Amino acid sequence: MRVVIVGNGMAGARLAQELRARDADLPITVIGAESGGTYNRVLLSHVLAGTACTEDIALTSLDWYARHGITLHAGMRAVAVDRDASSVRTDDGRDVAYDVLVLATGSTAVVPDIAGLRDVDGVLRAGVTVFRTLDDCATILDHARTARRVAVVGGGLLGLEAARGLAARGLPVTLLHVRAHLMERQLDAGAGRVLRRTLLALGVDVITNARTAAVHEGRLRLDDGRQVDADLVVIACGVRPDLELARDAGLAVEHGIVVDDRLRSVSDERIYAIGECAQHDGQVYGLVAPAWEQARVLADVLTGRTATYGGTRTVTRLKAAGVELAAMGETHLGESDETELVTFVDASRGTYQKLVLREGRIVGAILLGDTRSAGTVTQLFDRGSAAPHDRATLLLASARSAEAETPTRIPDRASVCQCNGVTKAAIRQAWQSGARTVADVAATTHATTGCGTCREAVCGLLDWLAAADPEPALEAS
Amino acid sequence: MAVATHCPYCALQCGMHLRVAGEHVSIERRDFPTNRGGLCQKGWTAAELLDSPERLRTPLARDRRDAPLRAVGWDEALERVVTGIRDAQRSGRDRVAVFGGGGLTNEKAYLLGKFARVALRTPNIDYNGRFCMSSAAAAGNRAFGVDRGLPFPLSDIPAADAILLVGSNAAETMPPFMQWIAAQRQRGGSLIVVDPRRTPTARNATLHLQVTPGTDLALVNALLHIAITTGRVDADYVAARTTGFADVRRAIAAYWPERVEAITGVTVAEQRAAVELLARASTAMVLTARGAEQHAKGTDTVSALINLALALGLPGRPGSGYGCLTGQGNGQGGREHGQKADQLPGYRRIDDPAARAHVAHVWGIDPDELPAAGRSAYELLSSLGTDDGPRALLVVGSNVAVSAPNARRVRDRLAALDFLAVSDIVLSETAALADVVLPTTQWAEERGTMTNLEGRVLLRSQAVTPPPGVRSDLEVISELARRLDAPSAWPTDPEAVFDELRVASAGGIADYSGITYQRIAAEDGVFWPCPSSDHPGTPRLFADAFATPDGRAWFVAVEHRPAAEDLDATYPVYLTTGRAVAQYQSGAQTRRVAALREAAAEAFVEIHPDLADRLDVIDGDQVRVVSRRGEAVALVRITDTIRADTVFMPFHWGDAGCANLVTHDALDPTSRMPEFKVCAVRVEAVA
Repeated sequence: MRVVIVGNGMAGARLAQELRARDADLPITVIGAESGGTYNRVLLSHVLAGTACTEDIALTSLDWYARHGITLHAGMRAVAVDRDASSVRTDDGRDVAYDVLVLATGSTAVVPDIAGLRDVDGVLRAGVTVFRTLDDCATILDHARTARRVAVVGGGLLGLEAARGLAARGLPVTLLHVRAHLMERQLDAGAGRVLRRTLLALGVDVITNARTAAVHEGRLRLDDGRQVDADLVVIACGVRPDLELARDAGLAVEHGIVVDDRLRSVSDERIYAIGECAQHDGQVYGLVAPAWEQARVLADVLTGRTATYGGTRTVTRLKAAGVELAAMGETHLGESDETELVTFVDASRGTYQKLVLREGRIVGAILLGDTRSAGTVTQLFDRGSAAPHDRATLLLASARSAEAETPTRIPDRASVCQCNGVTKAAIRQAWQSGARTVADVAATTHATTGCGTCREAVCGLLDWLAAADPEPALEAS
Repeated sequence: MAVATHCPYCALQCGMHLRVAGEHVSIERRDFPTNRGGLCQKGWTAAELLDSPERLRTPLARDRRDAPLRAVGWDEALERVVTGIRDAQRSGRDRVAVFGGGGLTNEKAYLLGKFARVALRTPNIDYNGRFCMSSAAAAGNRAFGVDRGLPFPLSDIPAADAILLVGSNAAETMPPFMQWIAAQRQRGGSLIVVDPRRTPTARNATLHLQVTPGTDLALVNALLHIAITTGRVDADYVAARTTGFADVRRAIAAYWPERVEAITGVTVAEQRAAVELLARASTAMVLTARGAEQHAKGTDTVSALINLALALGLPGRPGSGYGCLTGQGNGQGGREHGQKADQLPGYRRIDDPAARAHVAHVWGIDPDELPAAGRSAYELLSSLGTDDGPRALLVVGSNVAVSAPNARRVRDRLAALDFLAVSDIVLSETAALADVVLPTTQWAEERGTMTNLEGRVLLRSQAVTPPPGVRSDLEVISELARRLDAPSAWPTDPEAVFDELRVASAGGIADYSGITYQRIAAEDGVFWPCPSSDHPGTPRLFADAFATPDGRAWFVAVEHRPAAEDLDATYPVYLTTGRAVAQYQSGAQTRRVAALREAAAEAFVEIHPDLADRLDVIDGDQVRVVSRRGEAVALVRITDTIRADTVFMPFHWGDAGCANLVTHDALDPTSRMPEFKVCAVRVEAVA
């Protein structure tokens, strides 16, 4: 069975790896438009911020494919699928035959219709760039060397990370967002406001309700007349799935290529789709976690294992220094008969936390400014597990930490000497039988005779016992 | 007179003195370099087993499977064993199997391995040490070309500015060890503990990463990811002393901290803090134990940790490195001298023609007569009584009915045998199932060497005369070999066996040839390799080169994958297992010591208050912990030291509270280690 994967991005390359891990001999061909190996797109903002280098985000090298017996057509574009002939036509005129075809064509950055962004040939002008690929990243960094002011258009996850990263390089950055608050898909208005304050403190100027009308000679003009100086404009206005190939091939396409629970096109049982170009159960995902989950499931399906994809509960985790943010699920819901809210807001410290629960389970959460609970909350959300009855423990770290244990405050049954299982009660008993020094206690209970680290605790207990019970035996005599 | 010896239990092998006054044996402190006088409760009470009323003092046998065990003479017992072996051998040599233990001395492990290969000529010998450190051993071998628990003495530990301790609750499993950590902390060193529980070990750590069971590998890859992206990699070291970093680096690009936070439950900030502590330290150690290793991906998890240590430039540097805290008393030596299915004495591979020729020569047989590698521990147990599996089994010093995973299956397999013989000091749960039980000498009643977690070969001395009616394992093995008309020599004196072991190990990785009983006594133990009598032994490995063919340490790219059995609606809680301070392993010894029985009388299950709340159970309730394989009954112990999605059970009990009735038998593809540390369960109140 010849498997042909169109797309060598995070979904396609991952599938190739997952397939090879399951079957050493399966013939696999990958057609990828980019000429280099694959890299972790999620970490591009780190490269932009200077907290990672290109080598740090490389996932598969070109020689990996050869070493694992995978045919890679790199720098080659698939231009057509001939379903009758079961082959894929590439832009250099080659026909690649398949038994199973996987479309992992991903998506392209959206460039909004703003006057002055493009030159007469429709190419983005110098100083204007999208933020989608490693090449884009290099272009931005190249311009950032000489730029005096930067504007980032788009206040979603990627725009925020780009803005923060460039600000960290010492550039004045203005973040323009068309909606009323930042990251409106993931955050409610309150969180958006707090986030804005946080960014301001980090040197990112935020303008919301900013409809950019035109870009001209180092200046952006908004439709309400406001103007923003910027000699570098980074466009982060989201992505659009690449569906042309699928559409031309006559596959069912809505917002993405429509696939079933086995990630198979509903139109052709030999064609599958994963990643940002796939639409499962009405959802098109723009994050890597679902893409990798789909790659895993599809690798199982294609190697004869039983597996189905049931959707992914995605968590958005901002990767920007100085901004702690995790958001997931239905964060916009308010209090109602069905939903319960738990919130904690301390805007002056940049903290905005909100849990949305339904039937005792977390269905949405925002953790901004304090993500100490992110691990727990994410897992509860992901698994749909019951939340603890005391919800406060999920938000307030202080509610979690146990009180400091001092020898005098611990209960009688608590172990003082771990090595020898000596309880506080046993040491009290030793005291009552006349033990007055650590050596006395050791002789009768073996406390302190293991690793010796409880010596201080035993001393403390002896002092406490002495203070509470000053030599009763002597007084009695 | 006080006799200098060592504790009978864990791999720390604390030095102790035994003072014998008439019938009474008392234990006194001994200032030995590993424990410096310290002992835990198990050590202090160890002598109680010497005259325990539960001590076996005569061989036992049953006339039919359903008949009770009755006392028999040695001659009858041994003849029954020989008959059982010969009957099974009629269907093939491999129909007889041997299962050894990590508590056996080097001499016993060696002779048992020789017995299997020379007297029985079966490939089927393995031991419960497979359940102990096999994953760390496999990962150590593929990275360093050698597997020695710690490549440095314990006394180096205080020199580490930072220690990453993964899956070890040493404060309860190896208490006197904690003095080294205490000294390290005293010096201002930091301690990072990775554990799903806030154990007594984790409680005093600088940083505790309370990881989701079964996700250590992802966590460690994220730590390396952070180390790489924050420029913490020791590039000079990586260039000069390692191979394979490029592939690891690419694999690691997929483990950014935010992704791993969702997998592990360990926050990004905690991950970063851990790397900061490790990277800032000028000396650092990475130490693992069963929590990291007892997984179906245990070998890869340890490899991930070794990758991290290599990237930070630790192995082979003073006060730094990677090490495994071996669990069982002689887990280390037990695997070096032929008890493991794929190894011959001296840590030689049984599939290496040169190794076969050397050992066959020592044993006076033709190399072609040596069997090939046999089944790994659980696979061996799992094959008992099956169509092509062994029909007769000899178990020496192991309580597999309690200590193996999926214990119900193991008990079914034991019952399917035509013949089972067990050699032990008490009537363990496994011995109770046997056709013939052979009572043997223990610890203070015999001499022998043990190799502790440091790779230090120690001498156990005889302090008391064994009770009448028992024989040493060496005597039993030799006598069986004689009755089976086996070729080669079968000495019964421990020192004579050790001298043969020295010759057999010469030239191997674990070379003992320069070690003698006299040297061990005079030098407070000798570290292997010690290839000649004038060689000082090797306390520290890797200073100049690793034991790989190119002398470099090898990075191995490893990927996280979910536990063999993940949570679902029917089994919504993780079970993880481990040990309690007052018990040891299957409890066959420690449950028979009054003070320890009192301290930890019966099985319990740790449950977080949130989970207890949902289950509507309170402290002291009886609950059933149920998995797809079986169930165990235990008392609820409510504690906020455990994750709310996980329950914990110690595995020391053999009755209804046997945790291994529940555990999973998925095996690591490389080490064949079972997945003891995570499976999916549900918890039900017992009506």
